[in-house]
Amino acid sequence: MAHTTESRAPGFWPLATVFALFVLFMYGPMFVIFVLSFQGPEGGLTFPLRGLSLHWFRQLAEGLGTVDIGAAFLRSLMLGSVVMLFTVLLSVLAGLAFRKNLSGGNALFYVTVASLIMPSIIVSLGIGLQFRLLDGGLKWLLEAVGATTTLEEYGTALGLFTSALGAHLTWTLPFGLLIMFAVFNRFNPAYEEAARDLGATPWQTFRHVVLPLIGPSVVGIGMFGFTLSWDEIARTSQAIGDVNTLPLELQGLTSTVTTPAIYALGTVTTVVSFAVIGITVGLAMLLGRHKKGHTG
Amino acid sequence: MSSTSTATAGPVADSPNRTLHAWWQAAPFTLVFVLFFLIPLGLIVMVSFWDFNEYELLPAFTLRNYFAIFEGCSVLTEHGDFCVSLSTYLSTLKFSLLVWGITLVLGFAVAYFLAFHVRSPGMQTALFILCTVPFWTSNVIRMISWVPLLGRNGLVNQSLQGVGLIDEPIEWLLFSDFSVVLAFVHLYTMFMIVPIFNSMMRIDRSLLEAASDAGASGWQTLWNVIVPLSKTGIIIGSIFVITIVMGDFVTIGVMGGQQIASVGKIIQVQTSYLQFPLAAANAVILLSVVLMIIWGLTRLVDIRKEL
Repeated sequence: MAHTTESRAPGFWPLATVFALFVLFMYGPMFVIFVLSFQGPEGGLTFPLRGLSLHWFRQLAEGLGTVDIGAAFLRSLMLGSVVMLFTVLLSVLAGLAFRKNLSGGNALFYVTVASLIMPSIIVSLGIGLQFRLLDGGLKWLLEAVGATTTLEEYGTALGLFTSALGAHLTWTLPFGLLIMFAVFNRFNPAYEEAARDLGATPWQTFRHVVLPLIGPSVVGIGMFGFTLSWDEIARTSQAIGDVNTLPLELQGLTSTVTTPAIYALGTVTTVVSFAVIGITVGLAMLLGRHKKGHTG
Repeated sequence: MSSTSTATAGPVADSPNRTLHAWWQAAPFTLVFVLFFLIPLGLIVMVSFWDFNEYELLPAFTLRNYFAIFEGCSVLTEHGDFCVSLSTYLSTLKFSLLVWGITLVLGFAVAYFLAFHVRSPGMQTALFILCTVPFWTSNVIRMISWVPLLGRNGLVNQSLQGVGLIDEPIEWLLFSDFSVVLAFVHLYTMFMIVPIFNSMMRIDRSLLEAASDAGASGWQTLWNVIVPLSKTGIIIGSIFVITIVMGDFVTIGVMGGQQIASVGKIIQVQTSYLQFPLAAANAVILLSVVLMIIWGLTRLVDIRKEL
């Protein structure tokens, strides 16, 4: 094996080429639409660039056809934040629970994995169906008790923070739990034992020992929660009712908008995703350094 | 419960009180999956046996929806084709197998390069993250980013015409089976890379040295040592890719120019026409097909040990 430690192992260069092409394949097209979103006012969907301008971003701000992009943007931002919050809280709690004697924990684990690999259209259909049946039941109930004014005002239980939130959580929580498992599988319980031996309460142990150690991973769960929700389409599609999230609007626009405005929208969405990733990495590094400062 | 305790090995003594305490912590998480996953699935199965008219769903127990889906499937059409449902399932299955094959080879090659050829751990992490970042960006954006490249006046056609290889633009580059498969590979190879890389990083490097010392060639080591030891990752990645493609309607819709059929798309269209019982029956059939595939694959692996 001498030559593998001194020169490159056989197969290195072919594989390195494959890898480089793969990275180009991943990022190349995305880079192209970034460039094209700065297309001049006369430019079209493809090259050549006819000047550089922010024209299409202005168009986007004014709205595309009947679609209010700004409102959809805000809705997605709010939903993503709520999903992030729930994902972090529920995953961390469940992760802690799985470290204890959680009888029936295996069943819960398999349900979680099943939710992860379940075709999204099925989850979406199920939730849409559930809420429509709920609507039917509620309307029947309102009629039965004679609450006619409430009945007339009642629209649907489907909504951003009911059915869509639930649909997103079935997608983000499995990632959250898997990350918690990965974290606790590598977690040294000696720190906790030491804290308890020194008389810390369970809450103090969690707050001052466990949480600082798992902090960077918890931030990572938050990022999964937000970005997965921010880009979600398939599970949301049948489970949202009258309003739409940004990616749903975007999907609809792909067949109607034939100007670079759609690339501008793509650039804006991707910038948000990258900003969230950047904030996460920064925060995780900060927490990591903080941890090092305390333990080492 | 044995595997829970192996996964946790917590410092806490087991007692009924502790179990109760643990369940309080797991309760909100569990509630989400009961409310938004288990109950909806139950409702799908139930409603797939219901009747419906133009205005409402009619509780019943009928196999009408299932019969409707497979109507005329016992015989071939006059052109010698299968019925619509069967050919849609076969077409979806074809996409799944094609995408599975390509992502497996590509994902394995990338993971292999990262795990065994990149030596410094820092570089390894950096390149791994480089591969996973697109996962956190929008799928639709990544799909439409192919338009300026593959369109009729796209970069590929312009270049090919520029160098004189073709006179007319190639039409099948976009909104075709080709672009659908390309987009799937573009979007989901990551789901192969991550689990396979994870499995490869657990392989004891001394095994490779032992194989080499025992006279195995590079290919023999790859095929007889690395592939079997990466089996878990390969299977997890395969489950992800196959189930995603089997249920897809967004990618096939956008990249197929809304012209290519898939099972997911049938369900989506039926739902938008409020034909819930039909959509539900299709969902039950799709789920059965997917479960059979997963069952075949999972008998070989315990996912939980891999985290």
